[in-house]
Formats: sequence, structure tokens, C-alpha cells
Amino acid sequence: MSNHRYDAIVIGGGHNGLVNAAYLAKAGKRVLVLERRHVVGGATVTEEVYPGFKFLIFSYLISLLRPEVIQELELARHGLEIMPLESTYVPLLDGNYLADWPDHDATKYEISRHSKRDAEAYDEYARTMRRLALAVRPLMELIPPDPTSVSPKDLATMAKVTGVLNQMRQDDFYLLSRLMTMSAADFLEEWFESPPLLGTKATSGIIGTFMGPRSPGTGYVLLHHYIGEIDGVFRAWGFARGGTGALSQALASAAREAGVEIKVNSPVAQVIVKNGTAVGVALENGDEYYADVIVSNADAKHTFLKLVESQHLPDDFLHDIRRYRVRSPACKVNLALDGLPNFTSLPKGKEALLRGSIEIAPSIDYLERAYDDAKYGGWAKRPFMDALIPSLLDPGMAPPGKHVMSMFVEYAASDLEGGWTEEKKAEFLDVVIDTLAEYAPNLKDIIIHKHIMTPADIEQTIGISSGHIFHGELALQQLFFLRPSPKWSNYRTPVPNLYMCGSSTHPGGCITGAPGRNAALAILEDRR
Amino acid sequence: MLKKTPFHTWTSALMQANQWRRWNGYEVASAYEMTHDREYLAIRNACALIDISPLCKYHISGPDALRFLNRLVTRDVSACPIGGMLYTPWCNSQGQVIDDGTIAHLDTDLYRLTSAEPNLRWLQDNAIGMQVQIEDVGEQIAALALQGPCSRALLQTLTDAPLASLKYYGFVNTTIAGVPVMISRTGYTGDLGYELWLSADADSTAAVWQALTTAGRSYGLHPAGIWALDVARIEAGLIMLDVDYTAAPQAMTAAQASSPFEIGLGWAVNFKKGNFVGRSALLAEKERGPSLQLVGLEVDHMAFERQHHELGLPVPYPFKAWREVVPLFVDGQQVGYATSGTWSPTLKKYIVLAQVQPKYAAPGSTVTIDLMVDRYRRPFAAKVVKLPFFNPARKKSVG
Repeated sequence: MSNHRYDAIVIGGGHNGLVNAAYLAKAGKRVLVLERRHVVGGATVTEEVYPGFKFLIFSYLISLLRPEVIQELELARHGLEIMPLESTYVPLLDGNYLADWPDHDATKYEISRHSKRDAEAYDEYARTMRRLALAVRPLMELIPPDPTSVSPKDLATMAKVTGVLNQMRQDDFYLLSRLMTMSAADFLEEWFESPPLLGTKATSGIIGTFMGPRSPGTGYVLLHHYIGEIDGVFRAWGFARGGTGALSQALASAAREAGVEIKVNSPVAQVIVKNGTAVGVALENGDEYYADVIVSNADAKHTFLKLVESQHLPDDFLHDIRRYRVRSPACKVNLALDGLPNFTSLPKGKEALLRGSIEIAPSIDYLERAYDDAKYGGWAKRPFMDALIPSLLDPGMAPPGKHVMSMFVEYAASDLEGGWTEEKKAEFLDVVIDTLAEYAPNLKDIIIHKHIMTPADIEQTIGISSGHIFHGELALQQLFFLRPSPKWSNYRTPVPNLYMCGSSTHPGGCITGAPGRNAALAILEDRR
Repeated sequence: MLKKTPFHTWTSALMQANQWRRWNGYEVASAYEMTHDREYLAIRNACALIDISPLCKYHISGPDALRFLNRLVTRDVSACPIGGMLYTPWCNSQGQVIDDGTIAHLDTDLYRLTSAEPNLRWLQDNAIGMQVQIEDVGEQIAALALQGPCSRALLQTLTDAPLASLKYYGFVNTTIAGVPVMISRTGYTGDLGYELWLSADADSTAAVWQALTTAGRSYGLHPAGIWALDVARIEAGLIMLDVDYTAAPQAMTAAQASSPFEIGLGWAVNFKKGNFVGRSALLAEKERGPSLQLVGLEVDHMAFERQHHELGLPVPYPFKAWREVVPLFVDGQQVGYATSGTWSPTLKKYIVLAQVQPKYAAPGSTVTIDLMVDRYRRPFAAKVVKLPFFNPARKKSVG
């Protein structure tokens, strides 16, 4: 039996909410997590949409999950197993392909098939990105300072930031400065020349982002995707056994062990504010819960435009939140398959490539054109896809002999002209399948079930504004001390005792657990 | 996905214990026989045949070829006549070594550059604005090293070329078994020896390999793998990329990269020849003094032996060279690190290549190195000596 009074209430059981709750509970707080769906995880879920087949209906890979979170919450003990994806396969329509392997010589061989220069540049590029990632990594665990403030705390944090930058090699510092303002395409074209290599590298700059590879600012997004590591290996991306839902299960297990109470099927309708202070939440069914601290895992727009009455918020803050960019280009497609897709360009003996990343990204122009098609409220006639076949790594994801295939797809505008009707959904799903079938002609013959989550579906199911997977663009104008709003970028909000812990705060999106952890530290600091 | 050298058909037929390794994306032999010891002894006492085809090779041609090379490398290439070769490192603009290799002056406005790692991109980027063509001929040219005191006699049975008068680092163009071969008096063993450069096509490589191994029966010729070569090159005091120094593009920090001065290549830096990549950084470093210096060390192997005997164990001198970074100490403070070490059967010494702070680099100085004695880690004295450890007169003798 639970009374309705807690030390902290977390709105939303997404991965950051669970992390936040676990850290608060480990610090001795009585924490309640309220989740609208029947399962926790938010966008970090695995669902058996079709009997026997486990679909990754939202997120699908892990890389940026903070090592501190893995260690401090003992996630391995709670069942998290991450299997690094070891290869990338980029099929091309002319029957050629590009690949990379975990083996250095094998990768060099594959890239030299396209360009000897690129094979040489590749090592140097990888090392350079590793050095840059290593350099900016400490910024991930920083609570953003207010650079305009002269408070000792803010000055100390600014000094830390400067310290991080001073540690860098001089040439790396200049490169980072340029990278922050460049497009991914411009940056990559300084290193490479072959179209498929440029294409596949550029995808890191546009994933989840309504910008094309030639848009300035995608250089940062590229770096963001390099800051991840698995067991100390930078840039490794892994699949959790059981799908990303296994991560939220492990987080929930760790949270419960620390004493967190999790209620599902409990959609929060409003934050209760009394005398200007947050004191509790009200569910859609009217139930009320009270706590000293309310933490929202929802995105900034949802939190401040739906859950908090505008009378409690300053108008300049509201203005920032209204113009916070959340337009989203991303869909998620899952297929239940009776067998494996037969990629015509996959050479005999290299079937192992199907166990890694499969990318439909033959060139930068291909990605840019996909973006062009969507820019004005449409969808890519030939979409970009980041695909994998999880059942090849984890046989538990599908019945024996059958497979699931997961595809992250761009670009399809969240503000699609005419809206995401059922007809439009089905039509775009067919565009995706038709495109993939150009590379694997047997595809349509083996589809048992097909499923798509459009930005509208994402919003409807887990409440993210515009279905934006990062809870808002990772655009420079709304990062770090500007995320989601200047002066309110350190997990606190204009409403005392109301905090944010989701990807609308630093360091932004992807499965990181960093906003959740950082917010917990900020809350505990305030409650000291 | 590993490449096979042009000689793979014959080298694989000799492979007794599946002891392959990788070199630049190729499969090469660590040793052909079950153990490498006789292959090494052949280098110093008869002659050995080593497949060095995985070396990177580039042809540099055009009216600006010399100008380009002189801008690229630290040595003065204009001093190299047609028919001559030189060994040189090259650096980035911070004066950090990128790679080291040889340059052969093949003909007017035509040079061949060799390197340990691929350098096509670096070469092309530094050629911008110059009238020079750069061709990657790595896979078109096969290469063999024939090293050891009997190497000249063996070769002389296969060619009329005047090998007796061929100077160290000179080369001649001749034929072997009707196949055009460039024979250079170069090598990585610090001994009398030659390198043979020929077309990589199957007929040419077959003919030359057969000719050498057939004639070699009378001269104790042994094909030799990298384990044997490693012992010899350490005796010769020769550094190896990725073992004794980290190439600048692979260094994660400035501390990991090396200047030529730190790795014993200060003699190859020519400040008088005009501008080259890294010149101003190297000049500044020369003035400052480098922070490390390459030295040879002789480990107190008698103490090493004594401590093993005290435990009732035979002494396990490292007959296979080790390639590790091992710290070196003086009075408990680390003053440098060793990078390669081996027992030298020829010198009867335990020799080590290392880099130490200059004040500990004078010949006769002692540093401490920890070595395992059974399950125990014990300190041993190592004495600084001049390099090379082994430098026979036959290496450079003519006539």
C-alpha cells in the first residue's frame, strides 16, 4: 500500500527518468515514478507487436550510455548485456558495396576497394575523432554553467570547461572549433573522397536531426555520436540482448532495488503548483500525488506547455520553450521476416556483415536529397535507413529460422502536409520497403508483418513533442547552457521544486542516462 | 581479406608450423621452420632470403620530383646520384616523424620511395602546386632481401653485375634468370646484404625465386621470417615503426609522437638544404634539446642468469625479440623506456633499444630495468652503449 506522499515524483519512466529515480533513491529519497504506458522505458522499449517477434519500435542501439551509470547502478548485475555491432555494410545499387569490420586490415582492404587515399585517411580520421571525443567527454557530466554569472559555482564550472579545452592538442582545439560550426558533409569532405564512405560517415551527423548533411551544425551531431563507448572503446555501438527494452528493465530493476516505486498506466495530466511552488502531480483520472520535488522526464514542450499552467511560468521562458525546435524527421520501421533478406551486392563469404549495421546511405547527395524531399512537409522518396537484423545477434528476438529487421528511417516530416493519416502511414511504409527491396529483391516475399512508427505515432504513444527522438534538435542554438532555455539549462525550472531530467536538458539526446544522473545530482545539491 | 605477396606460392610451401603474421595487410612468415633460430643464424653465418614485398613503394616522377622530395623529407635528396639510395625519415609540420624509408634515384626526374606504412595521401597532399606524378607501385613491385656474409657470392653466380664494387646504398640494374632485377646494397640486418626489386608478375617472381633458392643450396641459403629479422635488426640498432616509435598520425598525444632527434635520426636532418616540412619545429627542438635520446643498452645478463640458477632454473634468454614498452629507472625515477629487446647469439649479450632522457644517455651510464625471473619481478642493471651493437666491416666493404 502506498500513501500519496513522497520525497520525489518522477513524471515519465523513460530511461532518464528511471536513472534519475534510482540515483535519488540511492541517496535515501522515497521516489515514485509515474509512467503513462503499461511498460516503463519510454522510447527504450522492446515490444512484441506481432506474436513471437520482438520489435525495436523506437530506439535500437546503445553507445552513449554513460559508463558511470552502468557502473554506479550495477546494470550488468541487473541483467544488461550489450553486444557491440562489429561491422557496417553499405550496399550500392550497382552491385558494389562498402564495408567496415572490427579488424583493421579487413577495413583497410574494404575501403581501398573504393579509394586508397580514403583507406589511409580512415585511420587518422578515427583517431582524430577519438581524441576529440575524449576531450569533450568530461563536458557530458557537467551541470551547465551560466556563463553570464559570476557566482563561484558558475565560475568554477566555466573554469572546468576551459580546463577541458586547454587540455586538448592545439590542432585538435582548432579542429573542434571548426567542427562545431561546420556541416558534417564539409567536415568529412576534408578527409574522404569516395561517395559511399562519405555517405555512411555523414549519417552520424543527421540521425534524429531535421537537417541535411550539408546543414551547418550537423558537425556537432556527428561528434555527439562519437562520444559513446562500450567498455572503453569509443564509437562502439551495441545491441542489448533483448533489445533496448532490456536496458529499461535493468534500470527499473536497479531502481526498485534502491526502493523506487514505479506505477504504470498512470499518465500525469498536470503539475500541481501551490503558491508558485511545485508540490505534486495530478493524473488524468484525477488521482493526486505529493512530493517535495517533482522531476519531469517529458520533453520541455510537453512539460511546460501541457503539464504546467502558463500562469506559473515567466513569459520570456515560455517564449523560449515555444520556439524550442522539435520538428522531427524520423520514423521507425520493423519487419517480421520469414528468412533473411538477400542483398545482391553482398559477396559470398561475407554474410557476417548482416550481423552489423546495414546502411542505405550510398552518398552525401543521397542523404541531402532525402532531406530536400522532406523539408517542405513531405517525405523522402528514397529514404536513408540505418538498419539491423537483431535476431542474428540475439536469437530470442524471433522464432527459430525467422528474423526481425529494424530500420531507422529519415526523412519524413513530423508536420507532414495533410497530416499522418492511416493512408499516409501505409504509403510511406511502402516507400521504405520498396527502397530496401531495390537492394534485397526477395524482401517483399519474406515479409510476415510490417510496422511503422511515424513521428505522430511516437508522439501519441510516448508523448514526445513532434516525436523528436532527442526531445528537441541537437542544434547549437539549444545545447549546453542554452538547453532548453538560457538561465534554465541546469535541470532547474522557473517553478521551484520542479526539475527536468530528460533529453531536453544537457547533454541532449540518445540513450545516455546523463540528464537523469546530472539532474539527480542537481536535486541532491539543492536539498542538502 | 589478407593479401598474399607475389612469393606466397613458394613461401607457403615452406611453412612448417603455420606461423604467419600480418604486415601491412599481407600474410608473411614469422618463421618457416618450427623454430626461427637457424633462420637467424643463416643471416649472420651464410645467407638468408626474406620476402619484403609488403613494403610500400611509390614512384615519384616529373620535373619537380627532386624539389618535391626535398620538401618532403629531412635529408638532402640532391646529394643522391642516379644509381644511389638514401635512408630518411619525414615529418609533419610539428617535426614529428610520420614514417621512415628509402629513396632510390632511378633515373633523371624519377625516384622510388619506400615506406613502412601507406603514404599516398601524405605524398599527394604535399605535391599540390608541383609538377610531379606520384604512383603507388606497391603491388607491382616484388621485393626480396638477401642478407648475410655469403649473399654477394651467391648473387654473383646469378648475374654479371659488378657486385664487388657496388657501394653501400648503391644499386645496379641487371637480370637474374632473364628477369630484370634492380639490386641495391641495402637491408635491415646491418650486415653484408642486398635487396632485389622486380616485377611482381608470376613468371618473374617464380624465375627469380627458383634461381636464388637453387643456387642458394651451395651457399647455405635459408628463407627467413620476421622473427629472425627482428633479432638481426636490433643487433644493427635499427628502429622499427610502431615498435620503437609511434607514427605521428597514430599518436593520441604529443608525448606519444617522436622527433627524429629522439629516435636516433638527428643525423638525417639537414637544416642547410632549404625548407622542408617540419624544419622550423625541428630547429626549435634542436635549440631546446630533445627530451629523449635513442640508446642501446646491454642488460646485465650474468645477473639475470645467476638469479635463475639460484632458483634452480635454466636462464631463458629471449631468443625471440620482444617488442614492449618497458620503463627504465634511475634511483626509483622513470627516466625513459625500452621498446625492443633480444638475446644476441652473435654478440652473446642481452641487448635493448631504448629512449632515455639525455642526461642518462651517455655511454657507460646505467639504468635499471625490471625483468621477470620466474614469478618474480626483479630489477637489473643495463648499461648504455653506442649503437649499432653489431657493425661488421663486411657491411660496407667493397672489392
